[in-house]
Amino acid sequence: MIKKIFFQSIFFNFFFLKEVFSAESGGMPQLNPEFWISQIFWLSLTFGILYIVLSKLILPKISANLELRKSQIQENIEAAEKQRQSSETKLKEYEEIVAKSKIEAKNIFKDAREKALKNINSKRKTLDQQIDEEIKKAEKEIDLLKKNAPEKINKIAIEASSEILKKLIGADVNNSSISAIVDDLSKKGGDKYYGN
Amino acid sequence: MAANPMTQFEVYRIGPEIKIGSFDISFTNASLFMVISSLAILIIFNLGSKKNSLLPNKIQLLAELSYTFVSKMISDTAGSKAKPYFAFIFSLFMFVLFCNMFGMIPYTFTVTSHIIVTFVLAAFIFIGVTIIGFIKHGFGYLKLFVPSGVPVVLLPLIVIIEIISYLSRPISLSVRLFANMMAGHTMMKVFGGFVISLGIVGGWLPLSFSVALTGLEILVAFLQAYVFAILTCIYLNDALNLHH
Repeated sequence: MIKKIFFQSIFFNFFFLKEVFSAESGGMPQLNPEFWISQIFWLSLTFGILYIVLSKLILPKISANLELRKSQIQENIEAAEKQRQSSETKLKEYEEIVAKSKIEAKNIFKDAREKALKNINSKRKTLDQQIDEEIKKAEKEIDLLKKNAPEKINKIAIEASSEILKKLIGADVNNSSISAIVDDLSKKGGDKYYGN
Repeated sequence: MAANPMTQFEVYRIGPEIKIGSFDISFTNASLFMVISSLAILIIFNLGSKKNSLLPNKIQLLAELSYTFVSKMISDTAGSKAKPYFAFIFSLFMFVLFCNMFGMIPYTFTVTSHIIVTFVLAAFIFIGVTIIGFIKHGFGYLKLFVPSGVPVVLLPLIVIIEIISYLSRPISLSVRLFANMMAGHTMMKVFGGFVISLGIVGGWLPLSFSVALTGLEILVAFLQAYVFAILTCIYLNDALNLHH
């Protein structure tokens, strides 16, 4: 039903339009030359004024604005570039300083270590010398003791043997005869008893 | 019922009749919209160029974008030699665009839907371009009608065709704009009439059509202004850089 009304009305509309087209003002108002001169006149006037004002006043301003902005942006970019370069050189300088100070620190450490090593070495040497001396002294003492030892042993042997004899025999034996025997023994096999 | 879709194109006098000699130059609704369009352009671009800030505001951005848009269009089609004609093409593009756009507002008058207006613009461009061509190249400009690399037998025919196509430039340029504007507005009026005549039951379909057509017509309004300007650039290119 709605469809029918729709299509009918479209049809009648066109019918209606057609009638109006042919009837009233003779078709298109555009082809009516009544106001042509007026339109040409006003078009020339308005467009002329528009052109003159735009070309003399407004467009140069816009162009100048654009140029100015371009140059400003260019300047800013250049300034930023300069600052970047300077910051880079500063960074390099800083890195160099850091590297230098690292090397210095290493050198100082090395020096200190060498000094300490030298100190330790010298101290060790003196200590070694002292120890050597002490050892020598001790050896001398030992040697001395070694040298004196046979006599003492002889004495002890004589005394001991005299005591033993006393206890065994029950009579005193002449010390001189015992000492003669001990001396004899010690001379015969001295190396056996007191050598290495 | 539906009004005559052609009444919207009728020109009528506003105010008294003005006559110079036998010519009637009365102020009409067409004149009114020419003035409104021009004033709107001048106001917008004056505001857009008034103060220069590094970060442009909206209206300045609009003005500068249009400037770069038109200048790029000219340098792309007509080269760097067309720079002195930048202001003319810019005002032409803006004038046609604003007239078309103002026509999109309901109950307004579309200046560019009148053949006489578009024809005067096109004829002015045609005559101007021809004069520029003859000034730049003298009679060498006539080489435009003789394309290179055409066999001698075909040459008379080609020259005649070239001349006809050259002479039909103002007609095609003006009729293209005028017909587009008139057809679009007529169609919108017709669909608007359907909405009324079909009422609340069947009116929704033509109404949605009308809405879609409005979008299309805004596109056409911009596109036709662009085409008008770019064809002017192409004609100018022919006159400035003789390629044949």
